[in-house]
Amino acid sequence: MTAFYLILAGVILAMAFHALMTRPNLLRKLMALNIFTSAVFLFLVTLARMAEPLDPIPHAMVLTGIVVTVSTTAVGLALLVRLYRRSGSLTLQSTDDD
Amino acid sequence: MAVFDLILGLLLVVLVWKSLSVSDLFGAVISFMAFGLLMAVAWVRLEAPDIALAEAAIGSGLTGALLFSTLGRLPHSEARQPVVSRTVRNGPGYWMTTGFWWVLAILLSIAFLFSLLDLQTPGLGGLLQERLPESGVLNPVTAVLLNFRSLDTVMEIAVLLLAVVVAWSMGTVVWPVKRTLPSPLLPGFVRLLTPFFLLVSFSLLWRGSHAPGGAFPSGAVLAAAGILLLLAGKTTRICPRFMFWLRWILAVGLLVFVFAGVSLMVAGYGFLVYPEQWAGALILLIEVSAGVSIGAMLMALYIGGEPDIHSA
Amino acid sequence: MMGAADIAGAVLAVAGVLFFLAGTLGLLRFPDIYTRIHALTKADNLGLGLICLGAAVQSGSLMTALKLLLVWILVLLAAATGASLIAQTAHRRGIRPWARQE
Repeated sequence: MTAFYLILAGVILAMAFHALMTRPNLLRKLMALNIFTSAVFLFLVTLARMAEPLDPIPHAMVLTGIVVTVSTTAVGLALLVRLYRRSGSLTLQSTDDD
Repeated sequence: MAVFDLILGLLLVVLVWKSLSVSDLFGAVISFMAFGLLMAVAWVRLEAPDIALAEAAIGSGLTGALLFSTLGRLPHSEARQPVVSRTVRNGPGYWMTTGFWWVLAILLSIAFLFSLLDLQTPGLGGLLQERLPESGVLNPVTAVLLNFRSLDTVMEIAVLLLAVVVAWSMGTVVWPVKRTLPSPLLPGFVRLLTPFFLLVSFSLLWRGSHAPGGAFPSGAVLAAAGILLLLAGKTTRICPRFMFWLRWILAVGLLVFVFAGVSLMVAGYGFLVYPEQWAGALILLIEVSAGVSIGAMLMALYIGGEPDIHSA
Repeated sequence: MMGAADIAGAVLAVAGVLFFLAGTLGLLRFPDIYTRIHALTKADNLGLGLICLGAAVQSGSLMTALKLLLVWILVLLAAATGASLIAQTAHRRGIRPWARQE
């Protein structure tokens, strides 16, 4: 079962990384970043599950990570709203090539 | 039960794909929230109930609320956008670029999986069980967060406070005004639920010492109650005195934590090294102040900027 | 060997799942927003009630049963409020209820 969750973490990691790099919309980039961190957390918690006895230290690390992720997302979203008010666009591409 | 895990994994992958590749941003955010809720189920399957609580409350609930409030501040035309604009998709370099990133992403995850082959599984669980009686609490995760690795948690609260400061520094927002909704249903429901929210929040805080829970889920439930009250049109008027107290409430978690650490240092124990007989009481004090602060900070992040004192 | 309580709980849970299935089918197949939330709230709430009842029967403890009852009541309230908010918003935006075209 743990092997399955490790593979799942790898698959989600690849999908999120790809989206993070290719999607121009910044809101979507932020979602991709969140999913990327979820995949990393999944990896850590699965490793903790494989230990004998169950290791709660990665759990504490992941809890910290979740809070840091939500802080990052909130700052990113605040910046995104500011960017939209300035430039009228949710992407970082210059307007003339679109 | 392997079938259950298989279905869960498939659903997770489908939801990730939907939230990253559907042109409707609103639908993408909903898929993202559903992904968070199913991740909470995965955490339960992996015997991590503390993370399941935090993921359901913060990872899915509050992040979803943040994304929705951002979508609400953008015009409707932005909510539906092609994932990649047509000119880019038909351009010469598009398939080259996306292919390149796919290859890189797949290589990354293969490297990630290969790195597991000669990885030692972490084995600190036994040591932690041995030292648990010294920590003053019975829940190993709380023991790690607030005693053995409490410096990490100080920094975590500092990061959250920093996020609020950054959001406030980018300008003011109009404070939501008190209003009456066209239907009394939501305000009535929220009035009924608010005591339950407070009860659950307090219970999570109290349980944290011996069972899954603690300051972060508790603060998230508090923030959820506050956001619901705002959505139901119930707010207070802001005045300089309110802002004064708000700043203190936002900071009190970090202040108490740092103050406790420094006083222990002065008393000769070292930064946040608790003497065994006081550990339980100190952890409770820190958790209560941190819980209140975390609730206020998450709520401040939802509002998204410094409340404009002149707008009310 | 399964006890009578286990069997009763399992039967109730399966019945609940069938209601969820019906509700989801309604969500996917019904023609407009009003009929869809009708299917969802009605069938899913009953389904959840049956599952909670099944779990309560299997747990065999009064405390757990009362907690499950509380869960069900809270979800009922939330579903009713949510459904009516969705319906009101749809109505205010001028979405007309579906009618069979003759």
